[in-house]
Amino acid sequence: MAGQIYVYIAHKGGVIDDTALELIAAAKKIDPAARPIAVVTGSGAELDQVCAEAAKSYSQVVKLASPALAHPNAEVVRKALLAILPKDAVILMPHGYLGMDLSPGLSVKLDSTYVADAIDLEKTADGKLKAVRQEYGGQVSTHVLCRMDDGIVINVRPGAFSPDESRSAGGQVVDKSGELGDLAASREFLELVQAAVGDVDITKSDVLVAVGRGIGDQENLEIAEELAAAVGGVVCCSRPIVDAKWLEKSRQVGTSGQTVKPKVYLACGISGSFQHLGGIKGNPFIVAINKNPKAPIFQVADVGIVADVVEFLPELTERIQEG
Amino acid sequence: MDILVCVTRVPDTAENEIEVSKDGTDIERGALVYSINEADNYAVEEAIQIKERVGGSVTVVTVGTEESEEVLRREMAMGADKGILLTDDAFAGTDGRGIATILKAEVEKGKYDLILTGALADAGAGEVGGMLAAMLDRPYASLVNSIEIVDESTLKVGREVEGGNTEMNRIKLPCVLSIQTGINEPRYVGIRGIRQVASVQIPVHGAGDLGLKAEAIAPRVQRQDYFVPTFGAGAEMLEGSNEEIIEKLVEMLKAKGGLK
Repeated sequence: MAGQIYVYIAHKGGVIDDTALELIAAAKKIDPAARPIAVVTGSGAELDQVCAEAAKSYSQVVKLASPALAHPNAEVVRKALLAILPKDAVILMPHGYLGMDLSPGLSVKLDSTYVADAIDLEKTADGKLKAVRQEYGGQVSTHVLCRMDDGIVINVRPGAFSPDESRSAGGQVVDKSGELGDLAASREFLELVQAAVGDVDITKSDVLVAVGRGIGDQENLEIAEELAAAVGGVVCCSRPIVDAKWLEKSRQVGTSGQTVKPKVYLACGISGSFQHLGGIKGNPFIVAINKNPKAPIFQVADVGIVADVVEFLPELTERIQEG
Repeated sequence: MDILVCVTRVPDTAENEIEVSKDGTDIERGALVYSINEADNYAVEEAIQIKERVGGSVTVVTVGTEESEEVLRREMAMGADKGILLTDDAFAGTDGRGIATILKAEVEKGKYDLILTGALADAGAGEVGGMLAAMLDRPYASLVNSIEIVDESTLKVGREVEGGNTEMNRIKLPCVLSIQTGINEPRYVGIRGIRQVASVQIPVHGAGDLGLKAEAIAPRVQRQDYFVPTFGAGAEMLEGSNEEIIEKLVEMLKAKGGLK
């Protein structure tokens, strides 16, 4: 028998994260009759606001309040969770910037199993967890199998499950802040530094020419610039281009970069990792050009072309310039 | 500062298209090009830069097979002082928790002020650094994109968070950090550099040397298969000559507002 399911509720500025409702759906994949308990950490009026919102969807909401939890520092959150969670808990956590920081160590301290970045979950007939994960930047997927009865921490990819919008739980908020012990930590949050504003605001353009590793060489960026000029758009990119220092960080689309909402997105030599796709919103018309016919980008694009972008883009630009 | 960097040898996704093997139990490994995991290479560069600023040593360690020695030598050619290979038949098939357990045993044989890992490797879990830190009871920060040495016992580190923003933290040494790609510009390693370290002895430690029992590294999470994911309806593939494709594409772009 697996233990009680707990869901960690992510929030920012008093607003509950979308994953709060997605993780209800994830819990129900493990056990259709599950009544997951929400756990919310934070401080002040913002925390109360989030707890009240969570109680619409969870029958029980555990509130953990402390000034030390005002900013979600993984070390402090871990201490708080260890104070209230049973060893055999099944813990669902969003695989975001906090979850990645927190969960591996939390699982060690609980002596629980850890499953990172799950995109689907099921319970097998013998009570084990079977999860779907991606490897090699999403090029292949795997099923992983593990026991749940000694406790497990499962990090779930944001957006992988459809949110449970019923909001019919009418739940109670239980304040367990009194059970928190010493929250002193050897890591201290100092400040959040906003990303620098770049030379070009890619979030304002209706047409984006996005380049990835397939562009091959820094010198080839010019052919993307020429295409962008011809279509009246701007050039943006995926992470490897920024890591290589070929373009500024402000040009990067993705979860660790900008979120864009263009009408048309020309993905040139981009394989289509979920981190990159996470930055494309508003359902644009996506054209993917990639020489690898199996690139994941072709599964989400509207139109696909198997070609080497270095050869294909100049021809396209020339045709467009002809009018 | 004495720094240990945990690295791993992986199929290079920039050089290879990863495909599932016929029986679905593995990826097609026949023609794969292997290299150092990209984020690990940034971690080694960062360690070398810290050593250049404040002195100390850089050791690279990997859990792998005999073939992993080539990535240790490559990183030693970059400037790491020492390599350690942790290999044993008993290590095959372990999971992230097992790898962290093996690394912990090696860490305890030495004295390291700072331990670095890459943020993510081929399996995309990003779990070993955080697990190792918890096992050692040392503070941890993931997705680190800047390191500043404040004093002998304190670092100021930036963590990459959503929207390209950076979360600044003060963290006490000794600690464990997972390093994000893009933190620096890893130096070039030439054939000559690799030749210079070709004959350096690399200590090899197995389960017995590390005092590890089989049950301590038995995988809790077991991979069942590999398969190719399918999401969404898939793109309409344009085929024909480039000229034909471009004609069709231009029509579509006009219709969707992609041409002014």
